[in-house]
Amino acid sequence: MGSGTSEYAVAEYALVACHDCDLLFRKPRLQPGQKARCPRCGAVLFQRKRSRMDQPLALACTSLVLFILANAYPLLRMNIAGRVQEGSLLTGIEELYSQGYWEISVLVFVVTLLAPLAKMLCLFYVLLPLWLFGRRAPKAERVFRWMEQLSPWAMTEVFMLGILVAVVKLADLAVLSPGLALYSFAGLMVSMAAGDAVLDDHEIWERLEAAGG
Amino acid sequence: MAEHQKTAAEAGYLLCHCCRLLSRPLPGSVRPRCPRCGAVLHRRKPNSLARTWALTLTAYILYIPANLLPVMTVTMSGRGEPDTILSGVKELIVGGMWPLALLVFFASIVVPVLKLLVMTFLLLSVQFGSSWRPWERTVLYRLTESIGRWSMIDIFVITILVAVVELGALATIEAGAGAVAFGGVVVVTMFAAMSFDPRLIWDRMASKDGEVSSHPGPEAGYWMQQ
Ligand SMILES: [Zn+2]
Ligand SMILES: [Zn+2]
Repeated sequence: MGSGTSEYAVAEYALVACHDCDLLFRKPRLQPGQKARCPRCGAVLFQRKRSRMDQPLALACTSLVLFILANAYPLLRMNIAGRVQEGSLLTGIEELYSQGYWEISVLVFVVTLLAPLAKMLCLFYVLLPLWLFGRRAPKAERVFRWMEQLSPWAMTEVFMLGILVAVVKLADLAVLSPGLALYSFAGLMVSMAAGDAVLDDHEIWERLEAAGG
Repeated sequence: MAEHQKTAAEAGYLLCHCCRLLSRPLPGSVRPRCPRCGAVLHRRKPNSLARTWALTLTAYILYIPANLLPVMTVTMSGRGEPDTILSGVKELIVGGMWPLALLVFFASIVVPVLKLLVMTFLLLSVQFGSSWRPWERTVLYRLTESIGRWSMIDIFVITILVAVVELGALATIEAGAGAVAFGGVVVVTMFAAMSFDPRLIWDRMASKDGEVSSHPGPEAGYWMQQ
């Protein structure tokens, strides 16, 4: 817990504050699908989504399968003057490391592999017990907090655009054929974005609080 | 009713930056934590201005080698050709790949420059206690925060090219020091955007004029959207 005295503050459930301008409001009562915005700065204060917990879970399962496929199979196969060469994301990370650019190697590893995988696993850890038994896994709040902090570093959709640009750049160098991983990455991009869109974090926080440990 | 038109800070509440629960610290507690998720609570992000300045200036410095040094070298049948960020875009334009050239130009050149300029502008405006268009400045901040990740495209392109092309004498692609600096710019500006607290823009507002109290009551206070 660190050096100084750290005590838990007393929760105030009746009010909400804008995270961008700090204005204080009485907590809005929303129907599913509604959003409340701050009138002063336009930030989304509060949002209720229509989805239940099984949708984010199903999408996380899909993402996990696609994630494994995307890293187990080659991304691109290319043919220069009769020689065939295959490459995957992991080959690229290894190659960058062996060329001496460990900084980029680590960066790419974190944003394309570690962060997306950790995000999926955190989601399973928090949502599965909650959905199956209505119970909270040990330290689930902390894990869900990590998940939210990891989010900006999971860059699967950006990586997909990177693949597109790389394909175009290579196209005039050699004959290219897409590998299974390329389609898997495209699917992964969609399923991860959909998973983010259906996850109602306010509701998960409230359920976590209500559920017994 | 007047009580609810205050800001959370004025009313003595702390907003959790992570789960967004509002709570009131116990009197005399030095390091209050969120009762729901356990995150350490702060009235404003700690040392926001100093941290953001340091990170933004670091990004400016890294930005120079990121654009001057080659990000990769393509060697075809013995002849090497170093590529910088800018020459990569030029190559796409010469090849007639307009939509893609535009995308890479936007992600690799426009976004990093814009991010640096916007962060500098926001920092200066807060430092000088400006009350100029706080709504627009907040929108600018939100945009900067969400768009930064797209600059990673070039780093990913290099990773894929390096992965696929290693054909010995025929053709090789090697990363360059420019890529390290460019990756550094992306990461450092992302941290800069995260450490900036947009509530600082509004803190100066509230103390300058009666802006806060001129707002409608809490029940009609928010815009509902379907
Ligand atoms: Zn606001
Ligand atoms: Zn919290």
